[in-house]
Amino acid sequence: MSAAPALLPYGDRAVLVELGSTEAAVDYAVALRDRDTLLVDEVVPAARTVLVVAAEGTALADLRALLADVAPASAGAAATDQPVVEVAVTYDGEDLADVARLTGLSEREVVAAHTGQEWRVAFGGFAPGFGYLIGEDERLHVPRRGESRTRVPAGAVGLAGEYSGIYPRSSPGGWQLIGRTDVTLWDLDRDPPALLAPGTRVRFVEVGR
Amino acid sequence: MSRALRVHAVGPEALVEDLGRRGLSGVGVGRSGAADRAALRQANRLLANQEGAAAIEVTFGGLDVEVVGEGSWCCVTGAPCPVTVDGREVGSHTVFFAEPGARVRLGAPTAGLRSYLGVRGGVEPEDVLGSRSSDVMSGLGPAPLEVGTVLPVGCPGERFSDLDTVVAPDLSGEVVLRAVRGPRDGWVADADLLVATAWTVTDRSNRVGMRLGGPPLAHARDDQLPSEGAWRGAVQVPPDGEPVLFLADHPVTGGYPVVAVVVDADVDRAAQLRPGDTVRFCWVEAP
Repeated sequence: MSAAPALLPYGDRAVLVELGSTEAAVDYAVALRDRDTLLVDEVVPAARTVLVVAAEGTALADLRALLADVAPASAGAAATDQPVVEVAVTYDGEDLADVARLTGLSEREVVAAHTGQEWRVAFGGFAPGFGYLIGEDERLHVPRRGESRTRVPAGAVGLAGEYSGIYPRSSPGGWQLIGRTDVTLWDLDRDPPALLAPGTRVRFVEVGR
Repeated sequence: MSRALRVHAVGPEALVEDLGRRGLSGVGVGRSGAADRAALRQANRLLANQEGAAAIEVTFGGLDVEVVGEGSWCCVTGAPCPVTVDGREVGSHTVFFAEPGARVRLGAPTAGLRSYLGVRGGVEPEDVLGSRSSDVMSGLGPAPLEVGTVLPVGCPGERFSDLDTVVAPDLSGEVVLRAVRGPRDGWVADADLLVATAWTVTDRSNRVGMRLGGPPLAHARDDQLPSEGAWRGAVQVPPDGEPVLFLADHPVTGGYPVVAVVVDADVDRAAQLRPGDTVRFCWVEAP
């Protein structure tokens, strides 16, 4: 077990919980959600932290006491009973060759690495339905593109830093694009609307080669 | 449709807003809602609506709506501005009745930026994820009002408020926002520069955030901060050193250090600042 998380100040409504890794942040956020407490209005997991916004009328001291008491299960355990979402991908992204060069892998090895590991949604942001996915091995860690594209099409599958992600809608973006998918990431008629909510396990499957 | 408002002019921006979407930050959907929540709540209290009923947020006046169907009780709160019904001055921060066919017009505010036109029963375009707020960041919620938009008005309750007039807020003069030191105040060379400076609100400001002009807050480190959750009131400092104060439609996560977080109640006042206005900060302890 790791040390108790640091509770950093974040105004008079919120506390920023600092954890050691993205995995630890997801686990903490999942464990906090399981407490189903009325003290909390919003839980925002991110790369190393979880921002927790108090419900109106909650004293920050009470929130801090709760946050110090959250005991996340060990890495990833909280999610193992969830089903795995399979995402079918055509690996013909514009940056596939660059990713191969940056990782020292062949293009086929990049595809094999992307499809060959289980990913997990760590946190959302950027756009409704966009999930930052973390994997199990580090071979696909690549920097963002030097220059952002003004338009990345919806369904583009990309890599940046330690994350993989899928653009839910057409937007500007700087991720290294390796493929594309037809899955609908965001559907207001679905409950919940996001296919990839934090904690969700994901496996990429190659199609249409 | 028994009650509605038909839009004839919108000014710089007119949006439907309520108190926003809850609990969806984890999937990338921010809270949104009225930029000045206190003003929206005040309108709803005066009209005996639910506190979170939706109203029209009018940026710098210019709204012109026609009352369609049955007549409606209305009021304008937030930035004080001239309000007329068929040309007759009725004033802001007071309840008035508009007959069927009447035209309600809001002029430019005398001070402040955002006025709220509330109507008994609330405006009721279709909700999205439990809210009727327009989020200019994510594009969720009703489209910005335009000429020809017809907004349904909800059914008023039985009850009336005991109050039909309140004192208009004084939005002139220098503004000092209370702020708690942020979780990343050590990422800039001198976070105290924030409270030592009279900042100017720049014209690159909107519902997402307000950019502040002044001496740049130089970063103290070269590495990048991993993305962190963001919230209304956070003062984020991008590499150019120009602070951004997040407002209602802020992104849910951000990659720049948050050096201060404005006390929640003061963010409503911040949302009334105009480009060119001066704003100061003072440190307070977190409760």
